[in-house]
Amino acid sequence: MLILTLRRLASMLLIMLVVSFLLFALFETDKLDVAGKVLGPYSSEEQREIWLEKNGYNEPFLKRYVVWVGNALRGDFGQSIQLKVPVSEVLGQRLANTGILALCLFLLMIPISLTMGIFAGMKEGSFRDRAISVTSVVTTSIPEFASATLLSAIFVFSLGWLPGTSSMSGGFDWKQLVLPVAVLLLYDLGYVARMTRASMAEVMTSQYIRTAILKGIPYRRVILKHALRNALIAPFTVIMLQLNWLLSGVIVVEVFFAYKGFGSLLYDAAVFGDIYVIEACTLVAVFVAVFSQFISDIGYTMLNPRIRF
Amino acid sequence: MSDQTPVLECKGLSISYYTRAGEIPAVVDFDLTVYPGETIGLVGESGCGKSTVAMAIMQHLGTNGGITGGEILFKGRDMTKMSDDELRKLRGSEIAMIYQEPFASLNPSMRCGEQLMEVPLFHEDITEKEARERARQILIDVKLPDPDRVMNAYPHQLSGGQQQRVVIAMGLLSNPSLLLLDEPTTALDVTVEAGIVKLIADISEKFNTAQIYISHNLGLILETCDRVFVMYSGEVVEEGTIDSLFTWPRHPYTHGLFGCIPLPTADKNAAPLRPIKGQLPLPHERPSGCYFHPRCNHAVAGRCDQQHVPMAHVTGSAEDHRVRCVRWQEIDHTAEAPGGEAKPAIEPGEKVLEVDRMKKYYEVHDRSLKAILSGQTTKYVKANESLNFTAHRGETVAIVGESGCGKSTFAKVLMGLETGTDGAIKVGDVDLSELGVRDRSAEQISALQMVFQNPFDTLNPSHSVGSQIARVIRRFTDENDEDKIRERVFELLDIVKLPRDFYYRRPRQLSGGQKQRVGIARAFAGNPAMVIADEPVSALDVSVAAAVTELLTDIQRENKTTLLFISHDLSVVRYLSDSIVVMYLGWIMERGTTDQIFNPPYNPYTEALLSAVPIADPEVEKREIVLEGNLPSVMNPPKGCPFSTRCPRRIGEICDNEPPPEQEAAPGHVITCHIPLEELREVEPVIHVPSPEERQSTSGAPRPSPDPAAAS
Repeated sequence: MLILTLRRLASMLLIMLVVSFLLFALFETDKLDVAGKVLGPYSSEEQREIWLEKNGYNEPFLKRYVVWVGNALRGDFGQSIQLKVPVSEVLGQRLANTGILALCLFLLMIPISLTMGIFAGMKEGSFRDRAISVTSVVTTSIPEFASATLLSAIFVFSLGWLPGTSSMSGGFDWKQLVLPVAVLLLYDLGYVARMTRASMAEVMTSQYIRTAILKGIPYRRVILKHALRNALIAPFTVIMLQLNWLLSGVIVVEVFFAYKGFGSLLYDAAVFGDIYVIEACTLVAVFVAVFSQFISDIGYTMLNPRIRF
Repeated sequence: MSDQTPVLECKGLSISYYTRAGEIPAVVDFDLTVYPGETIGLVGESGCGKSTVAMAIMQHLGTNGGITGGEILFKGRDMTKMSDDELRKLRGSEIAMIYQEPFASLNPSMRCGEQLMEVPLFHEDITEKEARERARQILIDVKLPDPDRVMNAYPHQLSGGQQQRVVIAMGLLSNPSLLLLDEPTTALDVTVEAGIVKLIADISEKFNTAQIYISHNLGLILETCDRVFVMYSGEVVEEGTIDSLFTWPRHPYTHGLFGCIPLPTADKNAAPLRPIKGQLPLPHERPSGCYFHPRCNHAVAGRCDQQHVPMAHVTGSAEDHRVRCVRWQEIDHTAEAPGGEAKPAIEPGEKVLEVDRMKKYYEVHDRSLKAILSGQTTKYVKANESLNFTAHRGETVAIVGESGCGKSTFAKVLMGLETGTDGAIKVGDVDLSELGVRDRSAEQISALQMVFQNPFDTLNPSHSVGSQIARVIRRFTDENDEDKIRERVFELLDIVKLPRDFYYRRPRQLSGGQKQRVGIARAFAGNPAMVIADEPVSALDVSVAAAVTELLTDIQRENKTTLLFISHDLSVVRYLSDSIVVMYLGWIMERGTTDQIFNPPYNPYTEALLSAVPIADPEVEKREIVLEGNLPSVMNPPKGCPFSTRCPRRIGEICDNEPPPEQEAAPGHVITCHIPLEELREVEPVIHVPSPEERQSTSGAPRPSPDPAAAS
């Protein structure tokens, strides 16, 4: 187990290193372009050269990379071109906002989708299964921008119950969180529920469930004790992958509701060409992706006793 | 016995499955009475409805199955009318079941102890501590050597035999009055099977448990049961006591089954197997009249194909010997020869294969922290330890042994899927042991072909049968003319007795037996000098297996091919092979001609193996040798003789510490053992096959008269 953890950590570091190098090569090989981005389109060639010299850009490429990595590790991603503040400052705040969004989503999505999936998979082909499966397919097949528009039309414009934007300009407000979370939930819920259903249905047809039933133990215990743990192994991995999906998935929702989170930051940076913010955001996204994989690998071995090291 | 109340009575039980094609009657009009302490055998080929009966008794038919008629009385109460809660109270406490695949039947993520404790915890008013004590005690009762370890182990941490013991323990924990056993030993090795069978018999005798034993293995039924029911296509065709039914089978199907299994009286040349013609009908395509008549050699038009045949009592035989055949009184099975038509023997030719001190070690890297700290990260699995034997042209050489003995590893090295570690495998004059299959010439590859164990997985599902066989011809012969290749494929299909339009079929449209025929056609397509058959019939039903076995020997006879037959089943091996190599944990324990292996002197392992194979002939006498313990792990084999940990004839320290010497008992007969040959020669034969004169069933001893006049 310890060896596995160490090996996974090592490969995680390696992936981060490779990605960061590619990222750096992609954005900062063309030095003049960088200077152009920072100083604006109307800056002269001379100004750009001076800026480059001043900021150490005339050092060899590899040395620059090492310095950049060193700074990134200390949390220094440079200055945002658009916002004129250190990237780390914006990034931290925006990540926290998206974190709140993700936390609310997961707190609702995990229990609801697992319950739905388990109830559906318990008796494959039953009315309950059909109803839940159809619901999940419908909600998952509606894209986020469509459901965002639809929900806004109902709850903001017709009923007037909820605010249409979630910029939180007047301080934190729970009400502004409802619609973004609902849109994400609607999409993600069905997906995880269907995965859980498939896993549960498979477990329910397995021979050890037959053994448990024919042992004469109560049906409740068959489900809770015998089926559940085996059925949750697959959805666990899927849920961890949702973290990953969320980072890109939130862009549409955050931009739509003007929520000041990681997604809208990345979106703005990309539109503006704010390279330091893009670099930082990409690194964070890759880290989340790799780290969630790491957690799901470790969790998987803990859940499944057949894989122990 | 009949004055007792029966434990279970099935009266006119009919079970159907509901599918898209409509209602499919799986079991029709099934009657069964089980008295306390009695063991009932249900025999039949797959699809005959025997497992459906067991599931109906448990009232667990799934969502698409249902009982359409009749009743199941358990101690006088009709189970079909019970509520879920009443059923739950019966299951596991009064009626318990033991399953075919122990590993699949145990929950992989719960410790064995907890799974065992559930049984008393939910059926009796008992504390957790008492339940734990009970579970531990039952593990001792089923002879698991280390009950505390098993209690805390997950199922995957136990061997197959240990898992099955846990399943049995679970079934016996609440001391049920009826035990259902669905092929309980099919997934196990023969020597382990023998131990389990004895265990079940001992325990049910101790507790007077009634048993229903489901198996396709007639030999096992003979050893375990009091009464037997032979099922065919959803109904019982013959029932009777073991003695009456096995000695005088009356139904042509029962009789046919005995003709399909390689009994000690069968011989591939003098008395070959007689496969039953045709195939089992699908449940919704059953013929009118007797379901068996299209496959029956005695069927008479106008009598057998008219009305559904009722069960009739066999007059003159045991009281409960009944048969479902209109002509049972007219057919004299004893007039038939015991086997099929005699076929000429083949004379072995020149030496084709010489295996000289071949070794195959696998390196295993242990990456656990403990291994890294102790510096022992590399271990060797000695899959093959110095193999020596030869095979001649036209000869059949069998390699016998239980799982993990290295027989499949040897086949891999021979085929070039692995390379040998040391020694040589000479085919002709060339050493192939270090040539991987990619380094071999087309000629060398085509000389060695293989028939695989599982016909279901070995054919490419997306290519037609014809193109798969044609590819072999294109690859291994000089033929380029497409018409001639096609003609050759047709010929091969003729040879394996498949219709020519199978050329265009895909594997999924074929039954298991047909797929294996295609596998054989494919193997023989390139005119190989030697064919390696790895358990070619073990996945098939008896009647299909007999047909495939006969086909294989016929083609071999025709082409004078050398056949290397890999199997764990000694009865098929005895039937098929000219010489035998017995392997255990990578060692050759004994090798010699079939006669030499089956008669003393034996290696003690061969002796145990011979004793473990069930023989479906009540007049064959067998000495019982039950091996204790499990096969040692190949990762950590015994230091001396590999068999020393289980050997009933172990002579002392020398067995544990020194590798046994090869002793030549007769020319070509080598025994690897520390025990002096003189002592081994004094051992009694394990199997005694009565001569025809001694037999009741073929001599004039009392038997039911086939004459209708005498019977009425």
